[in-house]
Amino acid sequence: MTSATFPSSPPENQSWNRYFGFNTDAKVIGIQYIVTAFFFFLIGGLLAMIIRGELITPASDLVDRTVYNGIYTMHGTIMLFLFIFPVLNGLNNLLIPTMIGAPDMAFPRLNAVAFWLVPIFGFLLIASFFVPGGPAYSGWWSYPPVSIQNPLGHFINGQGLWLTAVALSGVSSIMGAVNFVTTILRMRAPGMGFFRMPVYCWTALAAQSLQLIGLPALTGGAVMLLMDLSFGTSFYEAEGGGDPVLYQHFFWFYSHPAVYVIILPVFGIFSELFPVYSRKPLFGYVYVSLASFIIVGLGLIVWVHHFFTSGVPQWMRNLFMVNTMLISVPTGVKVFAWLGTIWRGKLRLTTPMLFCLGGLFNFVFAGITGVMLATVPVDIHVSNTYFVVGHFHYVIYGAAVMGIFAAIYHWFPKFTGRMPYEGLGKLHFLLTFIGANLNFLPMHPLGLMGMPRRVSSYDPEFAFWNVLASLGAFLLGVSIIPFLLNMLSAWVRGPKATHNPWNAIGLEWLLPSPPPEDNFGEHVPTVISRPYGYGTGEPLVEHQAEIERQLCLQEAST
Amino acid sequence: MSNSSGRSRLPISGLGLVALLGWIGALLALSWWMAQQSYRWLPVQASTAAPLVDGLFSFETGVGTFVFGAVVSVMAWVVLMHRAEKYDETDAEPIEGNTRLEVIWTAIPFVLVMAIAVYAIRVNTSLGVLGPMEHIHLANPVEEQGGYPADRLPAEQVEVIARQWSWEFRYPKANVSTTELHLPVDQPVTFRLVSDDVLHGFYIPAFRLKQDVIPGRAINFNLTPTREGRYRLRDSQFSGTWFAANQADVVVESADDYQAWLQNAARQPLQPGLSDAVGEYGERKQLKNPGWATVPPAPPPQVNVPGSNTLPHDA
Repeated sequence: MTSATFPSSPPENQSWNRYFGFNTDAKVIGIQYIVTAFFFFLIGGLLAMIIRGELITPASDLVDRTVYNGIYTMHGTIMLFLFIFPVLNGLNNLLIPTMIGAPDMAFPRLNAVAFWLVPIFGFLLIASFFVPGGPAYSGWWSYPPVSIQNPLGHFINGQGLWLTAVALSGVSSIMGAVNFVTTILRMRAPGMGFFRMPVYCWTALAAQSLQLIGLPALTGGAVMLLMDLSFGTSFYEAEGGGDPVLYQHFFWFYSHPAVYVIILPVFGIFSELFPVYSRKPLFGYVYVSLASFIIVGLGLIVWVHHFFTSGVPQWMRNLFMVNTMLISVPTGVKVFAWLGTIWRGKLRLTTPMLFCLGGLFNFVFAGITGVMLATVPVDIHVSNTYFVVGHFHYVIYGAAVMGIFAAIYHWFPKFTGRMPYEGLGKLHFLLTFIGANLNFLPMHPLGLMGMPRRVSSYDPEFAFWNVLASLGAFLLGVSIIPFLLNMLSAWVRGPKATHNPWNAIGLEWLLPSPPPEDNFGEHVPTVISRPYGYGTGEPLVEHQAEIERQLCLQEAST
Repeated sequence: MSNSSGRSRLPISGLGLVALLGWIGALLALSWWMAQQSYRWLPVQASTAAPLVDGLFSFETGVGTFVFGAVVSVMAWVVLMHRAEKYDETDAEPIEGNTRLEVIWTAIPFVLVMAIAVYAIRVNTSLGVLGPMEHIHLANPVEEQGGYPADRLPAEQVEVIARQWSWEFRYPKANVSTTELHLPVDQPVTFRLVSDDVLHGFYIPAFRLKQDVIPGRAINFNLTPTREGRYRLRDSQFSGTWFAANQADVVVESADDYQAWLQNAARQPLQPGLSDAVGEYGERKQLKNPGWATVPPAPPPQVNVPGSNTLPHDA
C-alpha cells in the first residue's frame, strides 16, 4: 500500500560516459576504482612476467640489472598502491552503502576526489619510467641510503616521483578511510546495530581504522625521505647524524598493518560468501566480527618482525615474535569459523565459491609459513630470501586476489545487472589456482636454500625451482585472459541478472540489479535480524516478502 | 583438529570413529615424516647455530603439516560429501555457532603458538650464548661480550667491510686483507661489520645467520663454524645495481690450514680484490644503450689475496 512506488525504477541515464568523469555516486566510483585497478594490474602483471623471464635462467641475461631493479620495484609498488588498495576501495564503495542501506557515502565529493587521485599518482608513477635515469629501483620499501643515492643527480628523478606518488596515495587512502569509517558508523539502516552488520562491513571498518592510524607514519616517513633525497636533509643519513633504521620503523609501522588492510576485507568476503554457497549461517558471527578488531590491535604491535636482522636487541625480538604469533589466534578463529560454516552445508560449487575455497586453502598455507617467519631463529635464516616472497605472494595473490575474484564474480550481477559466465569463470579459477601454487610454492625451497630476494642473477643450484616458478607465473599470466573475456562479454551482452541470482541474504540483494542511484532512497527497510539467516526462515527486514514481490514484478515487466 | 572436535559431539558410528582416528594417525605420521624431511630442504649445517635453527624449523614443519593437513581434510570432506544435490534449492540445517567449540579452537592455537614461541625463545637464548645474536657494541669490542664465556673469547676479530659491490675481510693481527673469507673450524670468531655506503646484509646460508650491515655503525657479530668446506656469503639487504653479484666465498678449514693460509697471505703484495660489479660495469660502459642509471661500483679493495668466487661451493 504505502510502498506502491518502491522499488523505484532504475534511472534512464545509464550512459557509459559517466564512468569517465567526476561522478559522486559511490556505485560509479566503485566501478571506476575496480576498472582502474585492473588496468594497473595488467601493467604490474606484465612486469612480473619480465621478472620471471629474467629469473628463468641463473645469469642476468634478459634485461640490464638496472632495468631489472626498476621493474621489480615498480611491480611491487603498482600491485600494492595501484591495484590492491584501489580494487578494495572499489569493493568498499560498491558494498558498504548497499549493505548498510545508505543512499551513498557520507562525503560523496571527498569520495570522488580520493578516487581521482589514483589516476593522478598512477600517471606520476608510470611517467617515472620515462624520466632520465629510469624509475625508482630501491624496492617498494625504498630503504635509505640506496633510495637517496640519485645516480644522475637530477631534481626530477624516478625515486622522487615514486615518493610523491606514494605520499599522494597515502592522502587518497586517508580520504577514503575517513569516508568509509564515517559511513559505517553513521549511516546504517534502521535496526542495523553493530551486531546486525554484515561481516564485510566489520572488516572494512577494522581495515579502514588501521589506515587512519598507520598511514600518517608512512606518509610522514616518505616525506622525510623525499626531503633527504631532494633538499639535503639527513633524517636517515648516517653522515649527517641520521639513522637509516629509523626509516624502517616508519615504513613498517604502517606497511605491516597494510597487510591487514588488504586481508581483512578478504576475510569479510569469505565470511559473506561461504554462508551463501553453503546455505548455512556464518558460524560464530559475533566472534568472527570481533576477531577483526583483535587483529587490528595486535597488527599495530608487530612491525619490528620485518627487520629482526637490522640490529634490534634480544628483548625486542622476543616481544615482537610473541605478538606476531598471537595474531594467529584470532586468524585461526576465523578459519575455523569458515570450516564450521561449510561443515554439513549444502555446497554449491559456483565460481565465487571455488575462489573462496581456493583462497582459504592458500591462506592456511600462508598462515603456517607466517608462523615460521615469526620465530626469530628461522626468520634470521630466511628473512630477505625467496621464502618471504613465497609467503606473502600466498597471502596477497593466493588468498587476497582470489578472494577479490570471488567477490567480483559474486557481486558482478548486482552492480552490472548481467550474469558472468560460469564456464569461463571455472576455467579462470583452475588456471589461477594451479598457476599461483606452481608460481609461489617453489619460492619456499629457494628461500630455505638461501636465495636472496630481489636478485637479478643467482647461483646455478637454484635453477630448478626458478624454472617451475616462472612456468607458474606464465600460467598466471594466461589465467587473466578468461577473466577479462568473461567480464567484458558479460557486461556487454551477458544474460540479465535478477535482483538476487544467488538466493543470498543481505540488504544489497533487496535492491534491483543494478541498484538505482540513491539505493533505497526514502524507503530504507528496517533490519530485524542478524545477517546470514540461511535455513532459519527469519526474514532480514520488515515487509521482506512484499519488497521481494515488488522486485520480481518489476523484473517480469522488463 | 576441528575435524575431531567438530565430530565428537555428533553421533558417529564405531566404524566412523575408527576411520577418523586412523586418518588422524596417518596425518600424524605424515607430519612426522615431513619434519624429518625438512632438514633436507636446508643447506648443510656448518655452524653451531645451524642445528638449533633447523631443529626449530623441523618442529614447525611437523606442527604446520598437521594443521594444514587437518584443515584441508575438513575442506576436502565437505567438498566431497556435503555438496547440494542437483536441483536441491533448500537451505542446510542452521547452526549459528557453538561456544564450547569456539573456546576450544581459540585455546588450541593459543597453546600451540605459545609452545612454539617458548621453544623459539629458548633457541634465541642459546644462540645469544653462542654469540651471534649479541651485537651493537659501538666502539669497544672487548667490553661486554654478550654472555660470552671469557675462556672462549675469539682469538681475533675479523673486520668485514661491505661496499657497493664487494666484500673485504681484514685480519688486523696478521695484517692480512682478502676478498675470500677464511675461518678456522670449531673456533669462535668475532666479526666487526661496517659498511662504506648503504645497507648490506651479511648472510651465510650454511651458517643460518644473517646480520644487516648498517652505515654509521660498527656491529659485532659472533659465530662458530663447525664444518670444513667452501660456502657462499651473500648480500641479503638490497644494495643497488649489482646487489645480486655481491657474493663472496667463505672457506672453513682446519686450524693448521688456516694458519698456513694466513702466513702465506701476509707475504703477498697488495693487489685488486674480487669485484664482479667492476668487471660488469666496464663491459656495460661499452654498450650504446646500457639501461637505466646506476651508481658506479667502488673500486676493488686492495688485498693480499683475492681468492675466488667461482669454485664449486657446498652451500
